[in-house]
Amino acid sequence: MTEGSPPADLAIETDGLSKRFGHRTVVDGVDLAVPRGSVFGFLGPNGSGKTTTIRLLLGLASASSGHIRVLGGEMPSQLATVLPRVGPLVEGPAFYPFLSGAANLRRLDSADLHASPRTRAARVDEALERVGLSHAAAKKVRAYSLGMKQRLGIAHALLRPRELLVLDEPTNGLDPQGTREVRGLVRSLAAGGTTVFVSSHLLAEVEQMCTHVGVMSVGKLVAQGTLHELRAAGKATVRLHTPDIEAAVRVLTRLGLQSELSPPQPGSYASDGRSLVTTGPAGHDVAPEAIVAALVSNGVRVRGFWVENASLEERFVSLTGEGFDIAG
Amino acid sequence: MTGAPDARPSSSWSLMASELSVLFRRLRTWAMLLALAAIPLLIAAAVKLSSHPVAPGRGPPFLDRITQNGLFVAVTAMTVSVPLFLPLTVGVVAGDTVAGEANLGTLRYLLVAPAGRVRLLLIKYVSAAAFCLAATLTVAAAGALAGVALFPVGPVTLLSGDTVGVGESLVRSLLIAAYIAVSLLGLSAIGLAISTFTDVPVGAMAATVVLSVVSQVADNLPQLEWLHPWLFSHYWLGFADLLRQPVSWTSFGNNALLQAAYIVAAGALAYGRFTSKDVLS
Repeated sequence: MTEGSPPADLAIETDGLSKRFGHRTVVDGVDLAVPRGSVFGFLGPNGSGKTTTIRLLLGLASASSGHIRVLGGEMPSQLATVLPRVGPLVEGPAFYPFLSGAANLRRLDSADLHASPRTRAARVDEALERVGLSHAAAKKVRAYSLGMKQRLGIAHALLRPRELLVLDEPTNGLDPQGTREVRGLVRSLAAGGTTVFVSSHLLAEVEQMCTHVGVMSVGKLVAQGTLHELRAAGKATVRLHTPDIEAAVRVLTRLGLQSELSPPQPGSYASDGRSLVTTGPAGHDVAPEAIVAALVSNGVRVRGFWVENASLEERFVSLTGEGFDIAG
Repeated sequence: MTGAPDARPSSSWSLMASELSVLFRRLRTWAMLLALAAIPLLIAAAVKLSSHPVAPGRGPPFLDRITQNGLFVAVTAMTVSVPLFLPLTVGVVAGDTVAGEANLGTLRYLLVAPAGRVRLLLIKYVSAAAFCLAATLTVAAAGALAGVALFPVGPVTLLSGDTVGVGESLVRSLLIAAYIAVSLLGLSAIGLAISTFTDVPVGAMAATVVLSVVSQVADNLPQLEWLHPWLFSHYWLGFADLLRQPVSWTSFGNNALLQAAYIVAAGALAYGRFTSKDVLS
C-alpha cells in the first residue's frame, strides 16, 4: 500500500529497520515511508515498538540493522545537521522540576548549537503563547499538571521553525479541550508545510488529524498508506432501508451481494420499514448507484440507502489483534 | 517555513552557561555548600567556646593554633573536610551528571536538540569540576571569615619555621584550596563515568562516594603499599608542602599528574560508554 513517491519526497524513510534487545526483537524490519507535507499517524497498541522506532529515528538508540533517512540525511551519521530541523516530543515531556517552564525551554534550546541566543527569549515566549502557557511561564514545572507538562513539551518542539515534528503521543494527559487544541495546532502546522509524524494508540485521534497512517503490531509495520487507502482495503457496507425485504434480497443476491436483516436502527424514521445490511459491493465491481437503480427498477421502495466504509477501527483491530494484551 | 539552521550559530558557551546556572540555581547545590560552610563555623565555635586549651597534637592538624591565629580555621576545616565531606558532595554532583538527566528524561531532549554526546559529556565534566572548586572555596572562605571574626589574626608561622604576613597566608590558604580542588578532579571523572552506566542517580552518587572511601582505606593498608601511589586519594592530604618557605611544588605536581591520569582513564570509559549508549530513559 506504500505510495510510489520518489525518495526525495520522503521526510522519513527507513529500510529494514530492526532493533533487538538481547533476544527480543522490538522493531522488526520496518520500512517506513513518510511523505513530506503529510500528517503521518503512527498507530499501534502499547508495546508495539512505536517509541523504540522513534528513538531510532532520532538517533537516541542505534539500530541493530537497517537504514534510516530523515529529511534527506542519513541517521545517525548526519544527526548534527538533521536534528536541528526536527521538533521532538519523545515518550512524553521531560523537564527540570526545579526550573520554571520558560527556564526549562531556554535550557533545552541552549543545547541546540544552531539556536540563536539573541532570539531565545522571544522564541520561548512565542512558543509558550502558542500552547496557551504564557500565564504559567514563571511557575516551576514541579507545580505543573500533566496536561501543562504535555503542552510545555509541545512548546519545546515548536521553539524553532521545523521541517518535521515527531510527536510521540502528544495528547496524552490532555483534557478534551486540550486534545482539540493539539489537533488544531497540528493541522495549522501541517498547513504551513511542516511534516508531522505523530504516534498514538488512539485510533480516533489519528483518524481526525492524519493524512497518512502506518500501523505497528508486535514490532512490525503491518500497514502503511493514506488514510483513504487503508480504509478502502476494508470492505464497504451498504445499508438499505425498505419495507420490501424479500424483493430487495432477491435483487441484491442477483448482484452478488450477501444480505442480512439488521435490527431497526435507532432513529429510524419509518415504523414499517426494516433495515437490510449487505456486505460489499464485493470487489468494487458494483457501483452504489447501480444497486439503487436495480432495486428501484424491480419495484423495491428505497427509503434510505447508505454506503458505509469499513471503519478504520475494524481494520486496526484486524491488523493488530483485539484485547488488552500488551504485545511483547 | 524554513527549518534550516540559522546563519548565525550560537556559541558553544550557551549550553555551558546553562549547565552552570542549572547546577548553581539548584537548592540541593546550595544545601551542600551551606553544609560545607558549616564545618569551619562549627570548628571555630567549638574552639572558641571550649574552656580547655587544645593540646598540640590532639584533634585535627592545626587545631591547636586556632586560638592564637584565626587564619588556621580555614586550613583546619579544609583538612577535616577532605576525607569525607568534600568527596561526599563531589560524589553527589558528579554521580548526578548524566544519570540525573536520564532520570528526569531530559537527557533525550538534550541529545535530540542535538547537544552532541561528546560535547555534553565535556560540559558535564566542566560543571562537576566547577563544583569541586566552589565547594573547596566555600570551606576556605567560611573558615577565613569565622577565623577573622572570632580569633586574633596575625603573621603565620609556617611549617618550615618562617613567618609570613596575613596577606601571604591568605594566598597560602587559596593555594591549599586549589590543591584540594585539583585532588577532587579524578573523583569527579570517576563519578561522571559511573553516571553514564545507570539511570539511577542515587546509585551513581553512592558508588562514587564508596569508591572514595575504598581508595582511602586501601591507602591506609600497609599490605597494599605497592598500590598506594596509584590511588586517586593518595595525595589528598599532601598539601603541607604549600605551608613551607619556599613553597615546594613537588606534591602539587604529583597530585595533578595523578588526577590527570584518572581524568584520562575515567574520561575514556565515560566516552566509550556514553557515545555508544542507547538512551532509553
